[in-house]
Amino acid sequence: MAGRRDGGDRADAAVQPDPVGALTARWAAAVAGTSYVPLPPDEVAELLRGLLHRLLAAVDEPPLRQASVGKQVGAALVDAHFTNPQSLSQTLCVLLDGRPAAGAAGGRGEPSGGGEVLPDPAPPDRRWNALVATVAEGFSAALQERALCEQEEILAAAAAAREQASEALHVSQERFRAVFEGATIGIGIGDLEGRILDVNPALMRLLGHPIEEFRRRSVQEFMHPADVEHVWRLYGELIRGERDHFRLEKQFLKSDGESVWTDLTVSLLRDGDGRPRYQLALIHDVTTLRHLRRQLEFEAQHDALTGLPNRRTFLAHLDAVFGQASPGARAGLCYLDLDGFKAVNDTLGHEVGDQLLVAVAQRLVSVVRDRGLSVARLGGDEFVVLVPGTSDSGQLVALAEEVLAAVAQPVQLGGRRVEITASVGVVERSIADIDPAELLRAADMTLYWAKADGRSQWALFEPERNAREITRYRLSSALPAALAGEDLRVHYQPLRRLADGRLHGVEALVRWEHPRMGLLGPGSFVGLAEESGMIVPLGRHVLRAACRQAFSWFGAGRSGPFVSVNLATRQLRDEHLVDDVRIALADSGLHPQQLQLEITESAVIGTDPLTGHTLDALAGMGVRLAIDDFGTGYSNLAYLRRLPLAELKLDGSFLRGLRSVDAADPVDVQLVGSIVSLAHLLGLTVTAEGVETQAQVTILRELDCDAGQGTYLGRPADPADLGRLLDPV
Amino acid sequence: MHRPSWVPAEVDLSRPSAARVYDYYLGGSHNLEVDRRMAREAISLWPDLPAIMQANRAFLRRAVRYLAGRGITQFLDIGSGIPTVGNVHEAAQQAHPGARVVYVDSDPVAVAHSRAILGGDEQTAVVHADLREAETVLEDPAVRATLDLDQPIAVLVVAVLHFVSEEDDPFGAVARIRDRLAPGSHLVLSHASDEGRPDAAASHRELYSRTPTPMTMRSRDEIARFFDGFELVDPGLVWLPLWRPDASDAAQHPERTTGFAGVGRRG
Repeated sequence: MAGRRDGGDRADAAVQPDPVGALTARWAAAVAGTSYVPLPPDEVAELLRGLLHRLLAAVDEPPLRQASVGKQVGAALVDAHFTNPQSLSQTLCVLLDGRPAAGAAGGRGEPSGGGEVLPDPAPPDRRWNALVATVAEGFSAALQERALCEQEEILAAAAAAREQASEALHVSQERFRAVFEGATIGIGIGDLEGRILDVNPALMRLLGHPIEEFRRRSVQEFMHPADVEHVWRLYGELIRGERDHFRLEKQFLKSDGESVWTDLTVSLLRDGDGRPRYQLALIHDVTTLRHLRRQLEFEAQHDALTGLPNRRTFLAHLDAVFGQASPGARAGLCYLDLDGFKAVNDTLGHEVGDQLLVAVAQRLVSVVRDRGLSVARLGGDEFVVLVPGTSDSGQLVALAEEVLAAVAQPVQLGGRRVEITASVGVVERSIADIDPAELLRAADMTLYWAKADGRSQWALFEPERNAREITRYRLSSALPAALAGEDLRVHYQPLRRLADGRLHGVEALVRWEHPRMGLLGPGSFVGLAEESGMIVPLGRHVLRAACRQAFSWFGAGRSGPFVSVNLATRQLRDEHLVDDVRIALADSGLHPQQLQLEITESAVIGTDPLTGHTLDALAGMGVRLAIDDFGTGYSNLAYLRRLPLAELKLDGSFLRGLRSVDAADPVDVQLVGSIVSLAHLLGLTVTAEGVETQAQVTILRELDCDAGQGTYLGRPADPADLGRLLDPV
Repeated sequence: MHRPSWVPAEVDLSRPSAARVYDYYLGGSHNLEVDRRMAREAISLWPDLPAIMQANRAFLRRAVRYLAGRGITQFLDIGSGIPTVGNVHEAAQQAHPGARVVYVDSDPVAVAHSRAILGGDEQTAVVHADLREAETVLEDPAVRATLDLDQPIAVLVVAVLHFVSEEDDPFGAVARIRDRLAPGSHLVLSHASDEGRPDAAASHRELYSRTPTPMTMRSRDEIARFFDGFELVDPGLVWLPLWRPDASDAAQHPERTTGFAGVGRRG
């Protein structure tokens, strides 16, 4: 119809009308949007065009064949996913509107020109409509089939998913069960009422109960007599949902009545909506761990040998006493050290030494325990007793005496009787005046006094003595810097011949210009220098300075005045002394005979061979040797003959009886006269020290004493005063 | 609460599943009564829904064809649901017979169904994983065996991100995936928005709260943030039917699809 109309309207036969195309377009428009078809619109149109051609070709086929094609087309629509019934109704509307003009079946190669000739005598619309009806039949059948298939698929998928999930669940449950059963940590699960629902084998083993026993009991029945209140407060908070877990160390009673220490963690398990449901307890045995920890703590705080608290514990205790003391409180220490313990170790062996320490420790404990005190071992053979809350030092002195007596009792060690004594430093102070470290230092210092004063005794701390010691200590530690700097000076005192008042020599005397303490004489620091060993460099310093000074005064002559320098005992034992002297002389240019070295009697008593060699070497160089302070020491006259001496310096104490000519002590006069005679007999000159008066000069001159030294004859002075020194008195 | 990966998910057939409801909207029968009941209720409140789902599915098809035309042969379809009608591998393999596709979904039934459909196809794989655990997805052995992540791939998150709420950090998940992508890779995304039909959106959200995957609709600006680090290809982020429509498609009231779609390229 459309073709004819087109043909009639247009002369150009080349432009053929396309009734199939028009119907396809209508069909596509009708079904658009009815179903989801995963094709772009042009491909949908292509699909429908193909179906339409098949229908047109089938309309003249025998009925069976026709029905078959119609059903196939219906099924093809469903295959393309026109699955909505609306797609079918729209299709029927379009197709029943009438088949396109004949010849549209051109798809099968028939001419598409006239279109007027119908291939069948039957009314065409009936045949077409019958064909379209089979499309509906095919569509419905295919849709039903598809729906059933898809249902089957989705149910199969659901079943598969379930099966997989259940399998996975099974595996996961197995895994959980294995974890629960095989865990070495005890696991228990209870409800919120405290009923125990399940426990694992590790927990049964830990407490020794079978599962039935656990299930019979409630969580609260696992309370232990030693539980602190805290445990059950936390438990209450957890059960009420106020906390999600807690962890602590708690004891449990085992079935055999023993207690076991555990590390317990209890967690609250909530359901999907966050409501508390169960409680989970993880428990493991920490008894051994705890024991070990205790032991480590004990070992860290105690001395391994004696079992007494160690230094660290003692210091902590001391700090605590100071920290908690009320205002005005006092405290004291008895600081004890065995006398000569090193000798015990060296002679009897360390094993015996250790046994002795243990025995001493036991005795100390027995002394202090009754007083409610404790004794600590600070190390080596040092022990200390801390006495808090003292009222005065008497209490501590009494304790110290008791301690000394206890230690002094002989000890039987391996069948050997060992006797030992101890020294004790006692300090007792107001806590407000001192800090713990100072208190301990004071006790240590006092112990040193007790040792220095002769051992086997106690000494009581004296603040003044302590201050002195501190001063000494400070001087001693400042001496090296003073020596390196310019703070040490050498002053000189003249020695004058008594016959004519001329200069016999000068004595070099060291001075320390201390920046804060002023000018210090040798008495303030030479002793310290001897203790510390600084005397050797100090002596060398003085020796060199004196030699240089003497050379500038006296030149290089071999006769005339000399400079006299003191030598300490320790210097005399120094193997470099001879070299030092040689260098000092060589550097200064001074002749050896113009140098006199003064040594004390005590330094030469019991002279060892080395000192003898040193003195011989010095004398051999031509240096004068003098005995200083003669008459004050142990005067063994034998050495005067044996040693290569040049002079005796008579100690000033002999001159006290000679202060006035009229009232001179005849014994002193006789004594000095005898010494001078003796000296002269041995070929030595004599210089009398401590000359303070003219009378002394007069008497000494009469006694034929060679020279004198003292305030009357000239005080020690700075070398700048050289001029006056050279003048006769 | 976080579920460890070795604890299995439950298969609960008493609740509707977004994947099966979607299938119903598309005219499929891969669904159960519980799904159909919900879908019918939804349609009664919002008759456009089937058309919207069709528009979404059509966008997926156009996007895959577009990318296949640009030489992309690897596809990672996350939230693939039940890949029946118009699925990615058919569309992709039409253009490139060698195209490889991995389907990822968190719905165990959808996964089981996908496996049944794809059977022994060696160019495809099905992975049971969750978009929220992006690393798990990217490190999955099946993903690694099927796709070469050092070459460009297309990641499809079509109609899935609106099932991820803010607290599960969907932006972070997409960013973590992005950071693993080779240059030249693409992100294909569609997302429900309440900008088109604010009136209908609320009741719709209400319905989906029954499913294991409640909905979070987002504004266009929010959706655009998923493309951080990507360059949007023409025509950008637009209503579903407006993204490179087929020649004869004439979309009327595209905003009624209430979904935005876009494709981004990682430079």
